[in-house]
Amino acid sequence: MKKFALFIGCNIPAKVPQYEISAKSVFKKLNIDFVDIKEFNCCGYPLKNTDQTAWILSSARNIALAEKKELDILTLCQCCFGSLKKADAILKEDNELKLKINDILDREGLKYKGTSLISHYLSVLHNDITIEELNKKTIDHYKDLKIATHYGCHALRPSEIMQFDDPVSPCLFDNLVNITGAKSIDWPSKLDCCGAPVLGINDNLSYDLTEKKLDNAKKAGADFICVACPWCYMQFDKIQDQIVLKRNKPYALPSILYTQLLGLRLGIGKNELGIDSPDNQDNEHLTQIYSKLFDTEDKKEKKTKKKASKKKLLKKKALEKEPQSVE
Amino acid sequence: MTFDLLFNLSLIVFAIGMIFKIVQWFSFKIGLQAQNSSFSQRLISSLKSLPGVVFSPKFIIILKTFVFEVLFLIKILKQDVLRWIMHMLIFWGFILLFFMHALDSIVSEKLFSYYYSTVNPFMFLRDFFGFMVLIGIIIAICRRFFMKIYRLKTNKMDIYAIFIVAIIILSGFFLEGSKIISHTDFQNMEKDFAALDYKEDRLALEAYWVKYYGLVSPNINIEQISSETLAAGEEIHNDSCVDCHTRPQAAFAGYAMSKIMKPVGGLLDSMGMVNILYYFHILSCFIGLALLPFTKMVHIITTPLSLITNAIMQRDKSNPLNIATRQLIELDACVHCSLCSKTCSQGPAFDVKHNVNILPSERMLSLRQYFKTKDLDSSQFMAIQEGIFLCSNCDRCTVVCPAGINLKELWYDVREEFIRSGASITSLVLSPYSYNRTYNQDDFSATLFDMPARHAKGIIASRYKKKSHSEDVLSLNDGNNEFNDSKQSVLAETTFASCFSCENCTNVCPVVMNYEKPEQVLDLLPHQMMRSLGLGLENLALGSNMLWDCVTCYQCQEHCPQNVKITDIFYELKNKVSKDCFYSQKE
Repeated sequence: MKKFALFIGCNIPAKVPQYEISAKSVFKKLNIDFVDIKEFNCCGYPLKNTDQTAWILSSARNIALAEKKELDILTLCQCCFGSLKKADAILKEDNELKLKINDILDREGLKYKGTSLISHYLSVLHNDITIEELNKKTIDHYKDLKIATHYGCHALRPSEIMQFDDPVSPCLFDNLVNITGAKSIDWPSKLDCCGAPVLGINDNLSYDLTEKKLDNAKKAGADFICVACPWCYMQFDKIQDQIVLKRNKPYALPSILYTQLLGLRLGIGKNELGIDSPDNQDNEHLTQIYSKLFDTEDKKEKKTKKKASKKKLLKKKALEKEPQSVE
Repeated sequence: MTFDLLFNLSLIVFAIGMIFKIVQWFSFKIGLQAQNSSFSQRLISSLKSLPGVVFSPKFIIILKTFVFEVLFLIKILKQDVLRWIMHMLIFWGFILLFFMHALDSIVSEKLFSYYYSTVNPFMFLRDFFGFMVLIGIIIAICRRFFMKIYRLKTNKMDIYAIFIVAIIILSGFFLEGSKIISHTDFQNMEKDFAALDYKEDRLALEAYWVKYYGLVSPNINIEQISSETLAAGEEIHNDSCVDCHTRPQAAFAGYAMSKIMKPVGGLLDSMGMVNILYYFHILSCFIGLALLPFTKMVHIITTPLSLITNAIMQRDKSNPLNIATRQLIELDACVHCSLCSKTCSQGPAFDVKHNVNILPSERMLSLRQYFKTKDLDSSQFMAIQEGIFLCSNCDRCTVVCPAGINLKELWYDVREEFIRSGASITSLVLSPYSYNRTYNQDDFSATLFDMPARHAKGIIASRYKKKSHSEDVLSLNDGNNEFNDSKQSVLAETTFASCFSCENCTNVCPVVMNYEKPEQVLDLLPHQMMRSLGLGLENLALGSNMLWDCVTCYQCQEHCPQNVKITDIFYELKNKVSKDCFYSQKE
């Protein structure tokens, strides 16, 4: 399989370090070949509101760095994924802008060519590693775990550019959750925003959106909300704590990174996945939910077979869409 | 006599300078928590915390930090091996010279009973240490001026630092060289140590020294020295000189200089070159000492302080007053190595905006200026503010800083102080750059969360007309066709023209859905935004809250049957507001 430049962005090393740890453990386990590029900068996402040229330059420099090493880019963040891919699409269309950007990049001997592919790791797991292969790699299944999947807006939309999954009824993330034996539940507002983009601009609005999503997921019976983006994770984690405190709300439900959810079932230890037990040991309910992560059963042959055939169908569907996105 | 006078003078200037600096550290205000603190409060609080540090396990941390990070510069080694070699050569060369050579009467003579500057190993070591510094200086010059190191900026202070060290070392080498060839010095030594009575003995010794010790003599022609004279000279030399004077080749650098000066040796000696170079050498040392507190060289003191204080202090446990003091020391501990700028994830923004304050290393210089006077003209202030808000809080600068400066906390505290001053605001507060303020509110006792955004929205509201009441009928004549005319449109996206107001966008918008009366909160709903652009009422769209409350989830754009790029248009409108209403550095 091809080799990737792992793009971790700004938030993961500073605020969600367990994401980098768990992702790297999972990638190693699955033989996904990756390297770190120390010179990577911000994807440019926070610049989009105020200066789109600065955003595109930021993205283009990252892509150029990966191209110099002839690597594709692998992201762990929906917003990095969105910014890089959108900038890539704009630069492929707008030759004048590309010349301008390359003029600036040339000062440090870089050049954006547009040859590196930009992928989110969920698509790599789903489409390159494939569900069958992942099914073989899992050592056991969660016995009783209900997961609310949170796709994250910028991976899905604008679908014309992102080509991640069906923007209205996606299934990629749910399939990936199901292979762990956990059940991906249906829940309202699954595809909506987590609230992170307006935190700091309009805190109340941000809290409203986060609170609503958490409530919906909880009402639908979820044990965890599972995310694949550091912004969403921070929002459901520390920002949820702020909401609980400021709005005098009950704690709704904990969040878990997909790399952690999958990693446990690949037989990776919880330390290598950066999984901490809940801070608040007094909270019996929370401790009980966390214990579900370690409550496992043998893989059910029958169920798996049935699931696998279903997944084959889904995968076929996904693959049918693929060729358009590659070209 | 002159030596003592000059030395004492420079020591006094140095002491005054350091006292001045220390007073600044304890009296300048930084951050919100130390806003109302006085000099004495800050001094007392730091003195109070001292015993708790010295008599606790923290002392071991201090020792560890001192050995690994101060003496062996481990933090630099981790980032840049060439720079580590450069700094180790200069640092250790200079330190060893300082103790062995500059303080020889206090250190070397006490430690080694046989110490003599003219015998080995000391004669060799002095040049060896000097040579280490010189190699380091050559690497420094290459790094600063010839190697293209990404984002490394060199200012006057950096040049001074290289210059003063280079001058001290080179003048030392030249002084040594001029002494080797000096006939006057030879005569003085002969009087002091040999005290020969006969002229021919003196000449014999002189001949021996011309032959083997590099001496330049008006009396001796090196070609015509007879072997008898040489043998006589050797005998006297063995009696009187050899015990205290190694052959000068051991002082390889000084000897090399003497070779250079040799052709004009006699002239130089008659000019009193030894004296001139001696004063030049000690003066450059004294100037370096006197100016130390006012130049980059102060990092010899401040950087170890920063490394050690940061190793033992924690945001949540240490006294805020002490943190403020530490932050002021940190401003002086920055050596402008630009490693933070090289690693800064916002570097490309600098390439577009050309505001040097976006680069952390340059922002440090501006902040040093700011805290000195707290009085900057508004464009300088705005430039710093843009730099300090344009930070994605990736903490990479803090991780790499070889001086151990806690840059992320510094940015955060200064940001809060700027916000509190309310003097001005940047459009960056209306972007994900402000996420960190709310996210980290507990760690930084930040207050007034909505103030920057409210302030910014106020600036926007004062510029554009708002649709204040629903009963107002908008006059279409008010509009201009700037946006409508696709040939002259300021928006790259003109797809709004295709909108037929099906309201799909508004119906799927999670922000609209969040409010009972969304039009009152948001001013315009997404489909109204598109229509107002279509009607040429772009001021309405630019001034609406909808723009800044948009979560950019792309639901509207995804669901538009007419392919109107609603979210992308929003981004363009936000860019325009940000350019029109707020500061941006003029190119």
